[in-house]
Amino acid sequence: MTTPTMQDRYVLIENVNMTFQTKKGSFQALKDINLNIREGEFISIIGHSGCGKSTVLNLIAGLLQPSEGYLFCAGREISKPGPERAVVFQNHSLLPWLTCFENVYLAVERVFGDKEGASQLAERTRDALELVGLSHAMEKRPNEISGGMKQRVGIARALAMEPKVLLLDEPFGALDALTRASLQDELMGIMARSGCTAVMVTHDVDEAVLLSDRIVMMTNGPAATIGEILEVDLPRPRKRLELVEDPAYTHLRSEVLKFLYERHAKKAA
Amino acid sequence: MSVVSFSKEKIMRTSEAAVKAAPAQPVVAVVTPLSTTATAAAPLLQKRGAWAARAKRAFEWLLPPVTGLLIFAAIWATVSALTQGLPGPVKTWQSAVELFSDPFYINNPNDMGIGWNILNSLKRVATGFGLAAIVGIPMGFVIGRYAFMSRMAAPIISLLKPVSPLAWLPIGLLVFKAANPAAIWVIFITAVWPMIINTAVGVSKVPQDYMNVAKVLNLSEWKVVTKILLPYVMPYMMTGVRLSIGAAWLVIVAAEMLTGGLGIGFWVWDEWNNLNVEHIIIAIFIVGIVGLLLEQLLVLVAKRYSYE
Repeated sequence: MTTPTMQDRYVLIENVNMTFQTKKGSFQALKDINLNIREGEFISIIGHSGCGKSTVLNLIAGLLQPSEGYLFCAGREISKPGPERAVVFQNHSLLPWLTCFENVYLAVERVFGDKEGASQLAERTRDALELVGLSHAMEKRPNEISGGMKQRVGIARALAMEPKVLLLDEPFGALDALTRASLQDELMGIMARSGCTAVMVTHDVDEAVLLSDRIVMMTNGPAATIGEILEVDLPRPRKRLELVEDPAYTHLRSEVLKFLYERHAKKAA
Repeated sequence: MSVVSFSKEKIMRTSEAAVKAAPAQPVVAVVTPLSTTATAAAPLLQKRGAWAARAKRAFEWLLPPVTGLLIFAAIWATVSALTQGLPGPVKTWQSAVELFSDPFYINNPNDMGIGWNILNSLKRVATGFGLAAIVGIPMGFVIGRYAFMSRMAAPIISLLKPVSPLAWLPIGLLVFKAANPAAIWVIFITAVWPMIINTAVGVSKVPQDYMNVAKVLNLSEWKVVTKILLPYVMPYMMTGVRLSIGAAWLVIVAAEMLTGGLGIGFWVWDEWNNLNVEHIIIAIFIVGIVGLLLEQLLVLVAKRYSYE
């Protein structure tokens, strides 16, 4: 390996501390977070609830500013949210008064509206919805479709912006197991085709191992930090059913479980 | 078996239709004791067996409000029998029939039909209310959107909101030097607070999730207002609009009593000077019914513009 280039440090988190001011005084959520994310890499952040994993994601998104330290994306400091770092929100956050098409179009229009005409923008919107298999539901409102479909629209909206980094905040957390599995498979396919960098927050061990190149395991808060980083060197494309029998997969899975339930078990609240 | 279930389905459908027709009925229910519409519909109901179910539903639906109104009329009749000068329901009804037989006569500018009085009051309310919407809704948006503006406006609003709108009448007379604009001014003051406050509350309650979407997409302020704030705030705004039209209609009677001119409020005062108590009671009913109609109208508008 040569000296680190920009590709190796596509997203760079340096000595980040995060302290929130609450009514009960200040609360340190994150302490000494350091992380390099390579271009095209899929990173999962896993940890018990309340460990600040969503805070890390919001910092990369630019929705929060760190109390100390710096965050960079593609060599530029992250100072505010922007469409090059698209977020798929946990609760999909679609606007209920717009159709699926309009929800995605809103994002497409913002990113490409200066350069392209309305027909091209509509084309991009249709392509994005087709990518997630929702061509048939374009004219439906969010409350007319299922939870899984809503989350697909959320993913389509994020991908349609052609982001440099895709940020996923427990994207499948609110879905049933079967829907979750099929969306995970779809996401793997989409990520392989787009080659986009992704950071996903999750509390699902199987999801993390299946999708990630590396798993960032966080200690419990307050003052949570990165405990260990696990390389997932399973070859791609990965097949869910084949992996179940794969000893390498089982080993990785048990590594994460040991971290979560032996070394950093959450005390009963 | 299938025939039976089929006819059952039909009954279901007709009764559904009856329920769907319901929104118009509250008004009818109030008017029923005074009109003959219910009895005129009776022969139609016997046309088919399916209609019997509908009639039963309508009867069950109408029974409580009609009973309430009958009890009210009974108390009213008793009180009027025990006191001198207060006319009973029958006498008032006769007077109302006479009054409404020619609602749009014009004898001279000071003696016009009841219809003209109602229309004039409605015109004042509409003008004051419209001006209040033009000023109040944008102000609500600004106050709800920017914390600085909210804190800036807070002392003014909390100081002025509890003041009776009628206290503003002399100011109106002084500034506008005429009674009619002063009455409109009072309606404006009445209607403006609910609109500002409800719009501002709606804007400040927009879920953080939606605002995060706006931030991540880096939407322009115009897009934030038109695509996120306005649709979200619409139901809150409609609540404000409904509250303010109700209050405006309450206040117009009092304002017109003080300013005079053509209008339901001054008509009440005029009839008091003539000692025509039947007309005062009729006016009370008119104000109530018109207020109810305004409210129902706005409920319909609100439903039309709600995204849910």
